[in-house]
Amino acid sequence: MSEEKKKERRARIAIDEHFCKGCGLCVDACPQHIIEISSQVTSSGYYPAACPDPQSKCTGCTLCARVCPDVAIEVFVKQKTNHGERE
Amino acid sequence: MEKLFMTGNEAIAEAAIRSGCLYYFGYPITPQNEIPEYMSTRLPELGGAFLQAESEIAAIYMVYGAAGAGMRVMSSSSSPGISLKQEGLSYIAAAELPCVIVNMMRGGPGLGGIQPSQSDYFQATKGGGHGDYHLFVLAPSTVQEAVSLTGDAFDIADKYRTPVMILGDGIIGQMMEPVEFEQRPRSKEYDKSWALSGAKGRPRNVIKTLYLDPQKLEQHNLKLQDKYQKMKEDVRIEHYLCDDAEIVIAAYGTVARIAKTAVQILRDKGIKVGLLRPITLYPFPYDHFQEIAERIRKVLVVEMSLGQMVEDVKLAVNGKAEVAFYGRTGGIVPSYEEIAAELEKQLF
Amino acid sequence: METIDKTDKMDRVFQRPEALTKATTHYCPGCGHGVAHRLIAEVLDELGIREQTVGVAPVGCSVLMYNYMNIDMLEAAHGRAPAVATGFKRARPDLTVFCYQGDGDLAAIGMGETIAAAARGEKICVIFVNNATYGMTGGQMAPTTLVGQKTSTSAQGRMSERCGFPIKVAEMLSVLDGPQYIARVSVSSAKYIARAKQAIKKAFEVQQLDLGYSLVEVLSPCPTDWHMTPQQAVNWLEENMLPYYPLGEFKVQGV
Ligand SMILES: Cc1ncc(C[n+]2csc(CCOP(=O)(O)OP(=O)(O)O)c2C)c(N)n1
Ligand code: SF4
Ligand code: SF4
Ligand code: SF4
Repeated sequence: MSEEKKKERRARIAIDEHFCKGCGLCVDACPQHIIEISSQVTSSGYYPAACPDPQSKCTGCTLCARVCPDVAIEVFVKQKTNHGERE
Repeated sequence: MEKLFMTGNEAIAEAAIRSGCLYYFGYPITPQNEIPEYMSTRLPELGGAFLQAESEIAAIYMVYGAAGAGMRVMSSSSSPGISLKQEGLSYIAAAELPCVIVNMMRGGPGLGGIQPSQSDYFQATKGGGHGDYHLFVLAPSTVQEAVSLTGDAFDIADKYRTPVMILGDGIIGQMMEPVEFEQRPRSKEYDKSWALSGAKGRPRNVIKTLYLDPQKLEQHNLKLQDKYQKMKEDVRIEHYLCDDAEIVIAAYGTVARIAKTAVQILRDKGIKVGLLRPITLYPFPYDHFQEIAERIRKVLVVEMSLGQMVEDVKLAVNGKAEVAFYGRTGGIVPSYEEIAAELEKQLF
Repeated sequence: METIDKTDKMDRVFQRPEALTKATTHYCPGCGHGVAHRLIAEVLDELGIREQTVGVAPVGCSVLMYNYMNIDMLEAAHGRAPAVATGFKRARPDLTVFCYQGDGDLAAIGMGETIAAAARGEKICVIFVNNATYGMTGGQMAPTTLVGQKTSTSAQGRMSERCGFPIKVAEMLSVLDGPQYIARVSVSSAKYIARAKQAIKKAFEVQQLDLGYSLVEVLSPCPTDWHMTPQQAVNWLEENMLPYYPLGEFKVQGV
């Protein structure tokens, strides 16, 4: 645990459960394999995606957000490493 | 005022342009081709748009699009083509978009013939397409009247945000008469804040007809119904020699014009006959018929169909006077002698 | 919504485009319509034309698109979007106009309007979502249903002897002189989605340059009517649709 804490977080995603329908496409798209489907059902009756990322593996590549049909994912990247947002 | 010698079709096209209609979409069909032909040269000169569509279906949806932009727009066709436009007219009525459609009726059913007819009365006045809606329907009986009703049609369309139909036939469309055009200033500017123009500095506008929630759809239909009730203030009818009449002929459009001559001949013979000529077919002048039914014996309805408007006359008269019918169909136009003879038969 | 860690200063590098509303869609989980909507919205934002654009929604699963796009929109009847767009564009040539249509809408009932608008070089963009089925009405056979593909009206699989062959819309329209840009893309995976956005952007640029008609055919999964999970659906699309419907640009003029 303390080891994980030490690693600096470069990027993170925020999944809006209000939009997420638990389709799982982001799970498959993430090259870091850090997204999972939660076992907690949302108020709309879906099992949403979640990205706890305890080891700070997220690179901010945005692939998860790009495949999401429900635009449920926002991606944040540490300042100065801002890249790849707009093609 | 300038006096021009024109066909009814050309006169309607010119009147539309003078009423600020700069957009026309249509598909060729006899007997109304002079309208698109006229528009095809005039509109581009005026900076508007004429487009010969791939079908009447496409044409009516082009009208829907241009009307959605808030423009005065028009299409014209004849019976089979008007049948193809019905789904689109239902959408336009539902979306509450103003536009003007001309139907120069020809004989049906099917491909029928190209001679004049009045057999699309039901289709024009009862909705025509699916759903609880109506068109506002105007029926000119001379070329000059077609000109003034065309101008009125655009105002009524804007006033009620509704499709308006001008219902004529090959005679009105292709007959040449001298006509005068008044330069028609727009009677008022109508609110078009509902039109689409890009959602700049305002919330987005949506033009739609889908109401999945039955409560909302019922509300929408009731709103349309209110509008149809309100339209009654624009009912129009011509009473000709009705004051002392014991029997009246009821006819519209071309037939009314012929019936007028029949009335004159019968009057010369001392018969107390009049003519009731509905100018608005929807809303139908029920009150006028109701009122006159109190003091006459009989109404003879004459149509170029096998009996369509006669049903509205019966509804209006409601048993207070006798209702007789005389009709020719298939493109045959009854002569005034024929109408006069029929009326004389009905006297006894 | 996760709470944002205020201690690490981060830039938001991917967010909901302005041209989308905040509404949740009625689409099934994994439906490609959502991605297609987002790509259009991103392109409108990037070109700065959200407030000068009018969209025409079809009849099909995406009929409620006007609830999701933060722009002025008209709803067309089934198949008639190109005619509605034509009427609008002729009246307002200064605005950008696009149609969004499914395969039943565009390639069955609306094929006449589609070909006529393309041949006229009508200055509109058409985003054509090909999911090889009629989604809204319950997964019946579409003009784009693959030979052998099972649908609710081709339970044994589409038989070419009886039902003929699927229509390759992009190829077919590209032989006409009117279109200026025609491409086929897919929204089945991140790599293809990036290219799809490039194509949609070009299609809108063609209209910005006043060149003429543009169409982007978007291969799109319909997990529900294909009776698959979202993952199976994107795999099925790539294994079965890509060989029959090759991706690429079929006509490029001026951009
Ligand atoms: C004139 C008419 N005919 C049929 C329908 C029924 N209908 C609604 S959507 C649809 C097909 C939709 O399929 P597609 O265009 O492929 O879009 P999808 O739902 O797959 O996105 C049909 C046949 C209709 N609304 N109107
Ligand atoms: S792709 Fe989007 S909708 Fe699907 S599980 Fe991931 S966040 Fe949820
Ligand atoms: S941004 Fe990239 S690394 Fe981070 S969760 Fe999404 S796909 Fe995975
Ligand atoms: S039925 Fe198919 S096309 Fe329609 S919303 Fe569901 S997945 Fe999408």
